[in-house]
Amino acid sequence: MSGAEPIPTIGMEVHLHLATHTKMFCACAVEYDAPPNSRVCPVCLGMPGVLPVMNRKAVELAIRMALALNGTIPDFAKWDRKHYYYPDLPKNYQISEYDQPLGVGGYLDVPLDGETFRVGITRVHLEEDAGKLMHPEDGACSVVDLNRTGTPLLEVVSEPDIHSAEQARAYGETLRQLAVYLAVGDCNMQLGQMRFEPNISLQIGTDEKGRPRFTPISEIKNLNSFRSVERAVAFEIARHRQEYEDDPDGYTLERLGKSTRGWLDDREETFLQRSKEEANDYRYFPEPDLVPVVPDRKWVDTIRAGLPELPEHRRRRFIKEYGLPQYDAGVLTADREVADFYEEYVRSAANTDAKTAANWMMQDVMRILNERKVAIAEIRIGPGDVAEVSDMVVTGTINRSTGSDVFAKMLESGKSAAEIVEEENLAQTSDESELKAVVDRVIAENPGPAEDFRGGKERALGRLIGQAMRATGGKANPKVVREILVRKLRG
Amino acid sequence: MATIDLTACRMRDALRARNLSAVEAAGACLEAIDRLNPGIRAFLSTDAQGARRRAEEIDKRLDAGEDVGLLAGVPVAVKDNMCTDDGQPTSCASRILENWRAPYNAHVVERLLEEGAVIVGKTNMDEFAMGSSTENSGFEATRNPWDLDRVPGGSSGGSAAAVSARMVPMALGSDTGGSIRQPAALCGVVGLKPTYGRVSRYGLVAFASSLDQIGPFGRTVEDAALLLQATAGHDPRDSTSVPEADQPVPDYLAALDEPVAPLRIGVPKEFFGEGLDAEVEKIVRDALAVYAGLGAELVNIDLPHSTDYAIATYYIVATSEASSNLARYDGVHYGHRSSDHADMIDMYMRSREEGFGDEVKRRIMLGTYALSAGYYDAYYKKALQVRRLIRQDFDRAFEKVDCIMGPTSPTAAFRQGEKTDDPLTMYLSDVYTASCNLAAIAGVSIPCGFTEAGLPVGLQILSGVFTEERLLRIARMYERETDWPSRAPPVCGEAP
Ligand SMILES: [Zn+2]
Repeated sequence: MSGAEPIPTIGMEVHLHLATHTKMFCACAVEYDAPPNSRVCPVCLGMPGVLPVMNRKAVELAIRMALALNGTIPDFAKWDRKHYYYPDLPKNYQISEYDQPLGVGGYLDVPLDGETFRVGITRVHLEEDAGKLMHPEDGACSVVDLNRTGTPLLEVVSEPDIHSAEQARAYGETLRQLAVYLAVGDCNMQLGQMRFEPNISLQIGTDEKGRPRFTPISEIKNLNSFRSVERAVAFEIARHRQEYEDDPDGYTLERLGKSTRGWLDDREETFLQRSKEEANDYRYFPEPDLVPVVPDRKWVDTIRAGLPELPEHRRRRFIKEYGLPQYDAGVLTADREVADFYEEYVRSAANTDAKTAANWMMQDVMRILNERKVAIAEIRIGPGDVAEVSDMVVTGTINRSTGSDVFAKMLESGKSAAEIVEEENLAQTSDESELKAVVDRVIAENPGPAEDFRGGKERALGRLIGQAMRATGGKANPKVVREILVRKLRG
Repeated sequence: MATIDLTACRMRDALRARNLSAVEAAGACLEAIDRLNPGIRAFLSTDAQGARRRAEEIDKRLDAGEDVGLLAGVPVAVKDNMCTDDGQPTSCASRILENWRAPYNAHVVERLLEEGAVIVGKTNMDEFAMGSSTENSGFEATRNPWDLDRVPGGSSGGSAAAVSARMVPMALGSDTGGSIRQPAALCGVVGLKPTYGRVSRYGLVAFASSLDQIGPFGRTVEDAALLLQATAGHDPRDSTSVPEADQPVPDYLAALDEPVAPLRIGVPKEFFGEGLDAEVEKIVRDALAVYAGLGAELVNIDLPHSTDYAIATYYIVATSEASSNLARYDGVHYGHRSSDHADMIDMYMRSREEGFGDEVKRRIMLGTYALSAGYYDAYYKKALQVRRLIRQDFDRAFEKVDCIMGPTSPTAAFRQGEKTDDPLTMYLSDVYTASCNLAAIAGVSIPCGFTEAGLPVGLQILSGVFTEERLLRIARMYERETDWPSRAPPVCGEAP
């Protein structure tokens, strides 16, 4: 049944570096800015005679991720060797998990445009990364840096449940957020700590027996940004549509199978790397140098018990429990430490309500984080300090804009809000007699706006309040100033 | 008695008593090597200077009354597939690794040094341990000390010949399908393959990772026990080495002279079938009669999968793993790099073409084929299934008997060149030994007599996993009744 609108059908393979201190099978440090070939040893160099020894922390992190993706941890997982010749792979085989991975099944709920869609997870497995082969423009030969060789890599393979370029991107972003939340990986895209390989095909109606038909699968290798994922998938969807329109009988999965494509970031197009015929035979077989992984049930239970509340669940809870808008809840739960900070802040505030606290978080705390490009743990004030200053605003001790200034000064000096307000004499004044004198002076000095207000222009009042605030060094309680002004001008 | 005629244990006693210095012991071995090695070619490299220096240091420590370890001052040779960071090559007797120097010591080499041994040199072998005659060495063939026209067996032929010709009192070899036991038999010495996991493989250049195991050569059971004692035990760098908590290393020497009684010996009919040389069979049956005379019960048993199937299974498992282990010798990071190449793929191909010998290439091709898509299930996977059956054969047998005995090799040492054109016949040299590796159990070959032509014959004794202590006692029972270790090859008689 051709003619029906083709449905993009996309599965994703995502590789991410695990946040371990050492490599997958040796004790070398995982470092990204070390001089080339300085974080290596006989084991990760694949020297004759060496043997791998599994990094238990990497297995723990993989299990953590698999559990967070609602997967199951089989009682038995094993290592396999995957063979291919390439200069960045000293042994010419990669230790991976082929048919019995650490994590099986599960799903990830992905929010997009105020709704969520569910992507099935096929498997989660561990492997070792390769080195970096480089081709210096001036060099007569290629060079290889093996610092990355043996870095623990987690591969998350999804079911083909993604149906658009936007969804592909959102899936990648949500998976990244989850990995960072769980402290499974830092997922720094610039450092190549996360790489994406979408598999794209279009479902093109069904055959005479009602089974779905597909265009050939193309796998795009090594995408390392969300933008490139979105662009590359969009490009492929369009390309598949065109190819299929041009040759509806020939451009099918049965005929052409699966091919591998690369992505040119500058030209924003994919190119063929390997067709079905050229597919590698990796000659997988069980790695005889390692014993199988038989995760102890108690250990798995401990890892499960240690899982934090996951971002999507937390986002929904923030909306329900704190009455936050969708947007605020999304922003505040994107980073686990920010969300933790916010909750602690709400708990410790005496007078600030949850919504006001959310505003403080977004307008003051997170603005500073963005400006300084630091994590919330790196600033010198805690949730209780922010609660102190926002409580002072809510109770009227200082006004809102003074509050922001005090907050900034707290960051600089590490002093408490009370100390700063006290030292700098910032407490706002609500004393009527004092403020009446100020208001009289302002009206006298600004006859124009005063006339305008009397003439019915409400907006002119704002200017007069502003003048009064300035005259008091920002300490005047703007509410009281406003009342006095209105009384005077109308009265 | 000349120093080189001392067994390792007696040499150790003399060194501890300060009746012999480590410098004298090393000097005697180096002298014997100078005299005998040109004819036998057991060593690929020797380190006379290093050995003397180390011997001097050990003498000083012994003089100071220090405990210098189990092997204090005893010279030892190491097969050339074990990494040493002393500047000697670790070539695996392959042209492809001719110029490679290991920057680290194998676990067993560390152990030897910790126990005070003096490593005098590295011994010849079939290239990457692939062969049964040491004729596949990329450099030169080792000769059998009992008849220089004959092979010493392999692949650890250099270590076996070196011990047999009394160039060193003991040596380390590696055994993947019989590579310690078969040359031990052909050279008339004791060679033991420990249970898989007993000795760390860290620093042993891999041939077939699930089968390889390092083990000792000595002229006596006691010497083999001593060297096993020094090298056995857990190593966290080898995930397949067994933790001490699960399998503590027993004292192999303490009760060595205590007979095992009662002793039930399994005699598998499969080890006495077609292909077994009549003279070898008679000598081995005489050895069994000695055990019977000591009160042992001989029990006929079946090991239905353990000869014909074992060889087929062995050659699939071993070549598959070898094809993977040897992939790293590509001229990029490791191995000879061809100077003449058009591009990267061409460089890979030419480097491997030039660097590997024929037998290694043959096995890489076999293994690559067996692991290929579409063939994996029929070959590798099937081989793993048969491997389980072989293990079951032994498990069942060891419910009824304490050990299994038979010939180590179907023939005594064959002539140089006799089987080099017929790989399949050569493969049958391992027919009685390969199943031991597939079942991951322990096995030893001890001298049990000589043919009319004066060639040694070996008795193979197999026993269950981690039963080396009892296995050595069983071997010692026979040794006490006979006097084979005192016989030296004629070539040694030419000593000045
Ligand atoms: Zn390393």
